[in-house]
Amino acid sequence: MKLLIKNGRIICPASGLDAIADLLIEDGRIAGTGQDLSAPGADVIDASGLVVAPGFIDIHVHLREPGFEHAETIATGTRAAAAGGFTTVCCMPNTKPVNDSGMVTTYIIETASRVSPVRVCPIGAITKGSEGEELASIGTMAAAGAVAISDDGRPVMNSRVMRRAMEVAREVGVPVIDHCEDLNLTAGGDMHECVDSVNLGLRPIPSAAEDVMVARDIILAEMTGVRFHVAHISTKNSVAMVAYAKQRGLPITSEVTPHHIALHTGHMKPYDSNYKMKPPLRCATDIDAILAGVASGAIDCIATDHAPHAGDDKFQEFEKCPFGITGLETAMGISLEVLVHSGRISLARMIAMMTSEPARVMGWKGEQARGALKPGYLGDVTIFHPEYPWTFDVSKSQSKSRNSPFGGRTFQGGPILTIVGGTEVWRAPGY
Amino acid sequence: MGKGLLGIEPLERAEIEQMLDRARAYQFHGGGPQPKLTLCAGRLVVTLFFENSTRTRSSFEIAAKRLGADTLSITASGSSVSKGETLVDTLNTLVAMHPAAIVMRHASSGAPHFLSRHMMTPIINAGDGTHEHPTQALLDARTILDRLGRLEGLRVAIIGDIAHSRVARSNVHLLSKFGADIVLCGPPPLLPPQMAVIAPGVTLEYDIRKAVKDADVVMMLRVQLERIHEPAIQAGEYFRFYGLRLEHLELAQPHAIVMHPGPINRGREISSEVADSQRSMILNQVENGVAVRMAVLEKVLLQ
Repeated sequence: MKLLIKNGRIICPASGLDAIADLLIEDGRIAGTGQDLSAPGADVIDASGLVVAPGFIDIHVHLREPGFEHAETIATGTRAAAAGGFTTVCCMPNTKPVNDSGMVTTYIIETASRVSPVRVCPIGAITKGSEGEELASIGTMAAAGAVAISDDGRPVMNSRVMRRAMEVAREVGVPVIDHCEDLNLTAGGDMHECVDSVNLGLRPIPSAAEDVMVARDIILAEMTGVRFHVAHISTKNSVAMVAYAKQRGLPITSEVTPHHIALHTGHMKPYDSNYKMKPPLRCATDIDAILAGVASGAIDCIATDHAPHAGDDKFQEFEKCPFGITGLETAMGISLEVLVHSGRISLARMIAMMTSEPARVMGWKGEQARGALKPGYLGDVTIFHPEYPWTFDVSKSQSKSRNSPFGGRTFQGGPILTIVGGTEVWRAPGY
Repeated sequence: MGKGLLGIEPLERAEIEQMLDRARAYQFHGGGPQPKLTLCAGRLVVTLFFENSTRTRSSFEIAAKRLGADTLSITASGSSVSKGETLVDTLNTLVAMHPAAIVMRHASSGAPHFLSRHMMTPIINAGDGTHEHPTQALLDARTILDRLGRLEGLRVAIIGDIAHSRVARSNVHLLSKFGADIVLCGPPPLLPPQMAVIAPGVTLEYDIRKAVKDADVVMMLRVQLERIHEPAIQAGEYFRFYGLRLEHLELAQPHAIVMHPGPINRGREISSEVADSQRSMILNQVENGVAVRMAVLEKVLLQ
């Protein structure tokens, strides 16, 4: 089984490569790059005019299976991933049952192996049932294939429990990912605390709810020596604290979602639940700080926090609607628009934030190595057009859910071909 | 989409003036039985209250009846809402009966705004969560105009739980559009600093004596000291620092009036001496409620 991708602009940030060249994938792994490669018997793809990058990796998605199949399944969520140019997704453990055991981890991996076009790496829970009290079976989940631990939307409030989880994770060798939110400060809030939340009479989520937990977690991470990753960073203070921790050499990383760089409270349609997510959309000044953090490297990755919800659940009173929006299919378009076309970062850096950087956070090595086009790495490739205009039609989304504020928005550039293990799993309509 | 009345904030000053003028024509002037009009005959007004209410619901009903409309009153406890029906399904069911307008009160901010995006029937907001209560602001403005003759340039102190008050928000927007100076006052946990910038002409004050100083109007809000998501405030402490007493009124203008949307908590946010004083407009407000709601219903039903 050979696949030869010819004449594309190959950009592999981890190898410092940016050149028109050919790429050969053999037996599911990267064989090499070079000029005028030939491979007898290989399938050939002409990538002229397109960018050929390592397969994109999204380390923060919700696939909703098991338990919430009315909103998304592993099959539909991963189809959306493939359509968005992603070849690996890491799914959060807030399923039903919660992924807090080797059994659930195995269920997800086995189901994905049957139905998913892309690679699925589960993230295990930190605590049993994500209830914040007893530790989950962290070592067992990791042995079964979990790549990190997180209680995501139900963050661990008890700092002693977090400390102990970090100690275990350090020895097991998985990073701890935290959705940093002090639930007592949030207190059932629905929207970022600002003049709009006050005027609209919506309960506020102050920036401080994120800031105090980022501070706590950085302190505990230093104390325990674990690799710690801040999920969906959204405030200027959090960015500053992560930058400071990095400056001190701590193994701390962070991600930002496409919607937190594209939208702020001023973009919200009042009481429209497609703008309701956690963390909430923040202020323009937070976006400025986040973009500066992206440019400086304080923020390592782009991750979608793809959070599908069934139409009925999102079609009710604003405060009753669940948090979250879908994101897999719009991530590349938004990132190109906000980060690259605007001149804030190079195309290579954007690719790094969606390939080699998330791979570094997860620490995939050996047989699992990915995120670069180096020989022996998994043969996962994302081919995209950096400029062609297309409009996101949310009604045609591959996801089972429709909760996106980006329906009808036109982007410049998007995915063309998604290749996993040397096999084409998705191709843009018309290509 | 039908044009109802969702809030004061989106209205133009002229639209508000027109409703206030019209309300004047509907005020009660004593004498014998009130004539029943036929202006809105054959039109059905549904009042749908998901929260308890005495004065707002009854005054909407009286207003509709005086205009000759038919009324149907639904409360959450006696409806299919208590059987788990969603808000959208409840509204669609009512819309299928072809009401000319739905008057709605709901505990969630924005509930009528959400619904109005998806249905044709005009919705009149009778209070949504902690967001707006537009007819209350209209009747308050009518009451101030009756007594003081103008809104522009008046100093209006609004005192109490500003954070959770839809009455405060609607009044701030209305008074601001008419050029009043608005002073908001309450304990810091109940007075978010962002209130100062939701409309022009607003200042914040955490000392009640400074707030009522030279005020033309002192508007008290009902205070609910225990809320699910917030630490409780001690009642004695609250009344000591934010309860309106006669001594405070001496700091206000000699002609100052005292208002309260009701229901009042005597001895919590207002002393009985003040509530029952000559300056108290509390019952005038209730009376104006009917006149103002007639003006609103007339506008919505006959558009």
